Amino acid sequence: MLTKRIIPCLDVKEGRVVKGIQFVGLRDAGDPIELAAFYDGQGADELVFLDISASHEGHETMIEVVEEVAGKLAIPFTVGGGIRTLEDMKRVLRAGADKVSLNTAAVLRPELIKEGADFFGAQCMVVAIDAKYDEELGSWRVYTHGGRKATEWEVADWAKHAVSLGAGEILLTSMDQDGAKTGFDVPLLKKVGDAVSVPVIASGGAGNQEHFLEAFNEAGADAALAASIFHYKETSVAEVKSYLKGEGLSIR
Amino acid sequence: MIGIVDYGMGNLHSVSKAMERIGLPYVISEDLEVLKTTDGLLLPGVGAFPDAMDILNTTGKAEFLRQWVADGKPLMGICLGMQLLFEESEEHRQTKGLGLLPGKVVKFQGQSADGTPYKVPHMGWNQLHFHQQHPLLNDVEQGYVYFVHSYVVQTEDTQILLATSDYHQDVPAVVGRGSVVGTQFHPEKSSVVGMDLLANFGQLVEKGVKLHD
Repeated sequence: MLTKRIIPCLDVKEGRVVKGIQFVGLRDAGDPIELAAFYDGQGADELVFLDISASHEGHETMIEVVEEVAGKLAIPFTVGGGIRTLEDMKRVLRAGADKVSLNTAAVLRPELIKEGADFFGAQCMVVAIDAKYDEELGSWRVYTHGGRKATEWEVADWAKHAVSLGAGEILLTSMDQDGAKTGFDVPLLKKVGDAVSVPVIASGGAGNQEHFLEAFNEAGADAALAASIFHYKETSVAEVKSYLKGEGLSIR
Repeated sequence: MIGIVDYGMGNLHSVSKAMERIGLPYVISEDLEVLKTTDGLLLPGVGAFPDAMDILNTTGKAEFLRQWVADGKPLMGICLGMQLLFEESEEHRQTKGLGLLPGKVVKFQGQSADGTPYKVPHMGWNQLHFHQQHPLLNDVEQGYVYFVHSYVVQTEDTQILLATSDYHQDVPAVVGRGSVVGTQFHPEKSSVVGMDLLANFGQLVEKGVKLHD
């Protein structure tokens, strides 16, 4: 049986991991390679690297990071951030990433998903969606540009469209829950999970182990992603997995 | 020396890095003259079946690989590379494969026999079930390995099924006959289990072991 996946997410800026990493025992908490190896050792099923570099040089450095990570890791990893063209995808995948994640670029030009899926296969096309509840819409609205810009898209409609173009997986972040540590957004995850036939990764809101159980059992997510809860050592990947196993979930 | 066949599709870097981690000497090349000098070949692959076959055919690699196997030399296909070993695939359109193993590649139904829908691609960690002994599986744990695929091999020849995994059907996970082997999952992304399996392939190649039925 397929297992539920636990995915730590690392924000990388100009080649360095940023956004509060508190690790004791690591030589350098900002080194993406070292952190990747650390999470791999803990049993992470997969990793996501989000390149938040502002400069061209930063994106170039990311390619070097990807190459080095691929040399160290024997688990899959996804790279997102700043990928706007088929050429960008080629470079990241050739450097050793297993999947690319598209967000704003896919909303601005949805054909990009199709181009990537036609060339590399749907399985390495992840479409990341940032969604926020909208009273007027009575549902969740899709945002782009790191959550700064509202779009016309309702979340399930966009997810369906993305999948029809070749998205192999949806990385769904709840902007309402992100950083709140009060749990994943179960209604949002259900809404999108019911709308599409591809795996959905829950993101935003993880605060404790029970939240992961909710994401899987109640929301039906296929994987759950978290950043700060792992970076700040509030719990560990190993602890979460062992808890979920105890609850009877299929876990590696 | 292991030759990694470069035909423009996919994950050469992760496969070659896995070779380095295990300490297996390798060369990546698209040049048949270079590949000829190696003792065993790895055919990786990520992407679509028709595109891959098109490249293999037009660059003479398809014929080269068939001759390689006819000579009894080891060939291991990974993911799409494993699917290419079979007779044909229905991905996008019917396309003939290398025809080195009996069977065809079909899309996951996305619906169980009882009508329950399930997700495609089959993506993530799934457990191996071994069906027969094979040098490739020596001392390998029946553990979890990483799959990412929307198409699956269908074969009536159970002799070639070395290991399967359960995803709403039996999914051929490790196949082999004679000097040809293949894994549907990505051993280079499958932690210890995958590394052990690749190391076994390396040993087979180095020892020059001829695999037979």
